[in-house]
Amino acid sequence: MKWETVIGLETHAQLSTVSKIFSGAATAFGAAPNTQASAIDLALPGVLPVPNRGAVERAIRFGLAVGAKINRTSVFARKNYFYPDLPKGYQISQFEIPVVQGGTLTIVTDQGERTVRLTRAHLEEDAGKSLHEDYHGMTGIDLNRAGTPLLEIVSEPDLRSSDEAVAYAKVLHSLVRWIGICDGNMQEGSFRCDANVSVRPLGSDKLGTRCEIKNLNSFRFMQQAIEFEVRRQIELIQDGGTVVQETRLYDPERNETRPMRSKEDAQDYRYFPDPDLPPLVIGEAWIERVRAEMPELPAAMKARFGATYGLPAADAAALTGHRELASYFEETVRTFGGDPKSAANWVQGELSAALNKADVDIARSPVSAPRLAGLIRRIADGTISGKIAKDVFDAMWAGEGDADAIIGSRGLTQISDEGAIGKIVDDVLAANAGIVAEFRAGKEKAFNSLVGQTMKATKGKANPAQVNAILRQKLAEMGSGPF
Amino acid sequence: MLSASIAELARLLAGRSVSSVELTTGLLDRIARINPALNAFVTLDAERALAAARAADARRASGDAGPLVGIPIAHKDVLMTAGLRTTCGSRMLADFIAPYDAHVVTGLKQAGTVLVGKTNMDEFAMGSSTETSHFGPARNPWDVRCVPGGSSGGSAAAVAARLVAGATGTDTGGSIRQPASFSGITGLKPTYGICSRYGLVAFASSLDQAGAFAQTAEDCALLLNAMAGHDPRDATSLERPREDYTRLIAAGRAAPDATQPLAGLRIGLPREYFGGGNDPDVDAALAGAIDEFRTLGAATVDIALPNVNLAIPVYYVIAPAEASSNLSRFDGVRYGHRAAKYGDLADMYKKSRAEGFGAEVKRRILIGTYVLSHGYYDAYYLKAQQVRRLIADDFRRAYERCDVIMGPTAPSTAFRIGAKTGDPVQMYLNDIYTVAANLTGAPAMSIPCGFDRNGLPIGLQIQGNYFAEAAMVNVAHRFQQATDWHRRVPPGVTT
Repeated sequence: MKWETVIGLETHAQLSTVSKIFSGAATAFGAAPNTQASAIDLALPGVLPVPNRGAVERAIRFGLAVGAKINRTSVFARKNYFYPDLPKGYQISQFEIPVVQGGTLTIVTDQGERTVRLTRAHLEEDAGKSLHEDYHGMTGIDLNRAGTPLLEIVSEPDLRSSDEAVAYAKVLHSLVRWIGICDGNMQEGSFRCDANVSVRPLGSDKLGTRCEIKNLNSFRFMQQAIEFEVRRQIELIQDGGTVVQETRLYDPERNETRPMRSKEDAQDYRYFPDPDLPPLVIGEAWIERVRAEMPELPAAMKARFGATYGLPAADAAALTGHRELASYFEETVRTFGGDPKSAANWVQGELSAALNKADVDIARSPVSAPRLAGLIRRIADGTISGKIAKDVFDAMWAGEGDADAIIGSRGLTQISDEGAIGKIVDDVLAANAGIVAEFRAGKEKAFNSLVGQTMKATKGKANPAQVNAILRQKLAEMGSGPF
Repeated sequence: MLSASIAELARLLAGRSVSSVELTTGLLDRIARINPALNAFVTLDAERALAAARAADARRASGDAGPLVGIPIAHKDVLMTAGLRTTCGSRMLADFIAPYDAHVVTGLKQAGTVLVGKTNMDEFAMGSSTETSHFGPARNPWDVRCVPGGSSGGSAAAVAARLVAGATGTDTGGSIRQPASFSGITGLKPTYGICSRYGLVAFASSLDQAGAFAQTAEDCALLLNAMAGHDPRDATSLERPREDYTRLIAAGRAAPDATQPLAGLRIGLPREYFGGGNDPDVDAALAGAIDEFRTLGAATVDIALPNVNLAIPVYYVIAPAEASSNLSRFDGVRYGHRAAKYGDLADMYKKSRAEGFGAEVKRRILIGTYVLSHGYYDAYYLKAQQVRRLIADDFRRAYERCDVIMGPTAPSTAFRIGAKTGDPVQMYLNDIYTVAANLTGAPAMSIPCGFDRNGLPIGLQIQGNYFAEAAMVNVAHRFQQATDWHRRVPPGVTT
């Protein structure tokens, strides 16, 4: 029996507004408990919600970025249930009529490109946090997070493997950061995914019973959790059992999913339109302004990098994974004015390695794009070799100045004068008669050793191509040998 | 003098015949003597009142001649008043000190009123008699064996007994107008959205509106002037240019000798309001009042509101539904009553709410939860909202043929305490004439128009189209110029 996996993802992206979706309290992460909860967030008697324009604008931006329909009128609805981290006893969300309807995302896996359909995206408020440890049989409630704006993004069950699910999550994560609506910080809970997973016999068009795996906060855990769950469901069915629709949590330590302890039968949330909030009306002018202010999206930029800079697809994809990276790259190319591929290599290579090692964001790179361009220019015009350039880069990173200053102060200019190199080669040949003899006896490696000696004698500054050529020529002049 | 209207008191204060401190002191004494029999007040704060009175006198001395400066008032205990206990008539909030002022409270404070105390009410505004209050029923000054009406019964009793010159109320299904009718005073509910609901503890969000009680329509308009206005903290608060709701009364003063001051006014009389089922004394008083309006020059028009008989069932689906959700925040977690002994979380919720809420509140939460629940939402809540639109359409069509609509405020006069508590539906039927204005959001008021055979007051309801408060108030004012029902005081209350 061949099985097909069916996955849909629900993602909660915390919107990057300064204040909450229905109150003016701050949304900044990490404040002391209950210091960022206003009267409205505490649900005191008599308080009322007022929508945050910035949250709505971010929803519009998302809708436009995924080619969805922006509903000109949408409705806030109350989702009623009791829990201490939900002060009103209901969450303000959207139910029948969300702000964003439809849309698509394109993912790339080993199988190639695929389009994943989105069902919808809607605005809602986050609940507070319940802290069960540290309180000796009690639970601590921190309402700082209560009222933070969320965009809940729902995909159709179009994903067919854990790879596709992770690819989708990564593209979505990259997109929400790209368009500036969410910081995507998964450790802080800004981007949370739930996976709905079911299996069915391959060829069937009937959906199997699904289980929801909640709160997957890393791509690795998402991959592992889905794979476990798929195996679990298949084994269960093959053993004659049936999959029970339930909510499960992933335990990374034991690499398994388990039913959530406190879940009862499906809750009736008694959704109804919130009478405190008039319908959300979004006019054409607002949508057009957001559209006009939209940055070039990753897919379009990736295509442009291929067409305009002649970059291979892998480079274009890597450079457009991150908006600041892409703009750094473009600034480097612009300033350098030469072959974009060398800029691409340096940005993806030395620069990215240094940033990762120092755990520094590209926005705070000690080496600016113009300075990197300056370095690349000095390789291209022959002033220094690629090898020396690496040392210059390290010096730039350490704050010693720009490329020219370092090359000058350290005297790193490549020696390209034939006469000067020729003289040094003569000295090396004279000092290494034994190695010369080995070379003339047929040992190729001896040539490399002579090259090495020459480079060492010039402290690496000799132009390697010229060293090669001159050494070859002089050896040939000396008499018989392999050349 | 203590029993003078707000307009009269404003003249006396402006002429320095009396100071706010004297006025407030006098009323506090009267309250100390009379309130125990009426239980109109839940909280009194003499110190705060006298401090406000002193400040008001200073303000007058420095030239501020606003009509409300120094006028003693009371707030219904459903409105948040910073630093003062705000109970909503419930054990759930019996010790709750409000941390902020409601928008309408701020408006009246800025206008210079002197807050004397918080008035008794049906618990969480759910009721038509003020009998569901955790603090005991309020009593009707006309007959202390009777209810003053509800849910704003304490405010109505306080004004009727001349304990304050004016008081705020809130009206969700008639909770200002019906107590005004039972207590022989004037009560006004503005168009939905005119007064901010920020700080008005929510019962039914799409129906609640704050309004005013006073001796006259003019006084109510003066209070409304200070209460109305856009509030960015309430998303349902309307942004409209400021209005002076007394402007048509003032304009009318310019032509005092007009014999037919209401010539041209078309009064719609819905056949559904006079179809039998009213107390005969109510029908008689209404007939007399309509005749008086004709004398003033108005014409009457028979109108039909075919769906208005559905207003009660519609209201008693929508209001409890919204209430069931609005009251979920009272869970014992962050404020309010929490049970002293409980096991786990669910137990804490159950016990705190079982102990904190009275029977009527529980009844309405159950009804509201039911009509919103899966499988019933379409048949009840959705259907009720659809019929609500039909009722609004009836009124819209009626206003093509008339300017105001009149009828009895309630089918009866004040009943005995305990007479209707055995049958909730009987109690609900008190609201048959008032709920429609909440469902449609249109403004409405009640003015005294007579007494029944037992000397209990009868109220005439005037309904206007959206934003017609100034016109409505002027129509009422003209009636009050020509009659003196509104000047009568209960026995035992000296003028």
